[in-house]
Amino acid sequence: MRASLRYRVFIHLAALATSVVILAPFAWLLYSSFVGQTDLVSRPMRWLPEHVTLDRYREIFAGGGTGAGAAFRSAMVNSFLVAGGTVVISLVVGVLGGYALARLRFPLRRTTLLSFLVTYMLPPIALIIPLYLLMSRFGLLDTRTGLIVVYCSLATPFALWNMSTFFGSLPVELEEAARVDGCSRLGALVRVMLPLSKPGILATALYAFLLCWDEFLYSLIFTSTSQAKTVPVAIAEFTGRNAVDFGLIAAGGVLAALPPVVLAVVFQRYLIGGLASGAVKG
Amino acid sequence: MSAAPPARPAPTPPATRPARPARRRPFARRAGGGQTRLALLLLLPAALVVFGVVLYPAGRALVISFYDVDSPFPGRYPFVGLRNYTEILADDRLWAAVGHTTYFTLVSTALELVLGLGLAQLLAAPIRLRWLFRAIVILPWALPTIVNGAMWRWILNAQYGVANALLTQLHLQGDYRSWLGNDPFLALNMVVVADVWKNTSLVAFFLLAGLQTIPRGLYEAARVDGAGPIRAFFRITLPLLVPNIALVLVLRTIEAFKVFDIVYVMTGGGPASGTQTITFFTYLQAFSAQRFSSGASLAYLTVVAILLLALLYLRLLRQSELMSP
Repeated sequence: MRASLRYRVFIHLAALATSVVILAPFAWLLYSSFVGQTDLVSRPMRWLPEHVTLDRYREIFAGGGTGAGAAFRSAMVNSFLVAGGTVVISLVVGVLGGYALARLRFPLRRTTLLSFLVTYMLPPIALIIPLYLLMSRFGLLDTRTGLIVVYCSLATPFALWNMSTFFGSLPVELEEAARVDGCSRLGALVRVMLPLSKPGILATALYAFLLCWDEFLYSLIFTSTSQAKTVPVAIAEFTGRNAVDFGLIAAGGVLAALPPVVLAVVFQRYLIGGLASGAVKG
Repeated sequence: MSAAPPARPAPTPPATRPARPARRRPFARRAGGGQTRLALLLLLPAALVVFGVVLYPAGRALVISFYDVDSPFPGRYPFVGLRNYTEILADDRLWAAVGHTTYFTLVSTALELVLGLGLAQLLAAPIRLRWLFRAIVILPWALPTIVNGAMWRWILNAQYGVANALLTQLHLQGDYRSWLGNDPFLALNMVVVADVWKNTSLVAFFLLAGLQTIPRGLYEAARVDGAGPIRAFFRITLPLLVPNIALVLVLRTIEAFKVFDIVYVMTGGGPASGTQTITFFTYLQAFSAQRFSSGASLAYLTVVAILLLALLYLRLLRQSELMSP
């Protein structure tokens, strides 16, 4: 498409302005995590800092005992374990169920899919009270296992929907060829469909991971110690308790944002592709 | 289907409904039954994982909402019928929270849609370093909501925030002001700003997906016919994006209606309860005041409201699909 010079200048300026609006808050967060406390609380603001320090990161990575650093470290570990466990489980059940929804003909197929999706509309706050009572009875409160169980119920409808859309977009002929050659349905799923589904599986795994990393309400209610607290709860506590140590909050924010941001940037093609396939079907 | 009878090359039956031909060979019928059984087997794990967690609490919450449960321990609690519902519906704080939630939902969703439409156009436009631009735009979406809230709270800090410093030094405002602490309406708007800053990216990528399915030829035809870019946008882009817009509206409205975490970390519901949303109010009822039944009845009212919203949207979507060419 030949575009006029004016148009090209306009879109480049618009993209630049958008980038500034997006990057400025990030830059401020990063800046706050490195400059000294006196620079942060100077008034009027000094735009060039007098002190640059790595103390907050040192505190978070090496701070011992009962300090904020140690709490944050264990929250990172908890978040990784909970998100990892949820991704694996929801992916496995999502692949199996998604295949059934995409390829098998059975009564109430659409209703089944819808009933899974409706659970997404239930606000967590509606379930949280009985869940809390239930989990306390089974001793799952303040455990990572408990969080994984709950998060799987959030991530699985997404996984089902994503995987069934993805399987539906693959040509049926490939699978039929495999079955003519003597594969069972499950054999065809494992040997033919799965190798072709890497983009769909990756997108689904990423969504599930981001969902778990972001979740706050359940984690806030169901966890109480560093045994199971996740990163969002740790950050929220930081902002409440250390309300004056802005640098430490900023450093924690930077570290908490790092895993999802890196994943999203590295795998942006798959994430956007996943959105595309979901949106077209919708 | 590979088990189709070879005698008659009939067109395959419509996919959504199980076909019941008058005479089918037992082989084919058995294959159909086998499919149902296999489907059940394959869906069973997902159903366990989801409904095992969701179903019982959903029913239990309904039961609790008819009793007066005021502690987390099992015991005997008086049955009160619909009293929790009537009490909560007569509570002014609820209607204040409904007002805040409605304002937040309408304004943030509308802004995200309008800005997202523009941003989607920009993402699709032929600019240099497009990969870099896309990587930048994806950042706010990946940022955890809680970190986003904490970040904006720090930016808007009354004494040391960069927003105050910048606006004062540029002489856009006389003195430092408390963005989140004094004026409830201002604070609510700041929560909207933080939410829009983060979620416009998601909306834009959603719409970009739809944008890329519009054939280029349509735009060229419009240009040949003398339509400018603005007319092309309103006559081609917008109508063809309707399904995507509807979907993203449904998702964002439901999310905005459930908003909790960003309020929790940015304002804690204040000042003067001016940013309390429905979920936040429910949370306070249930877990601060330990009025579990009151919270449960509130939660059920929320479920009904969300289902109504979703149904309304689906109806609108169907109508617009009928109207679009």
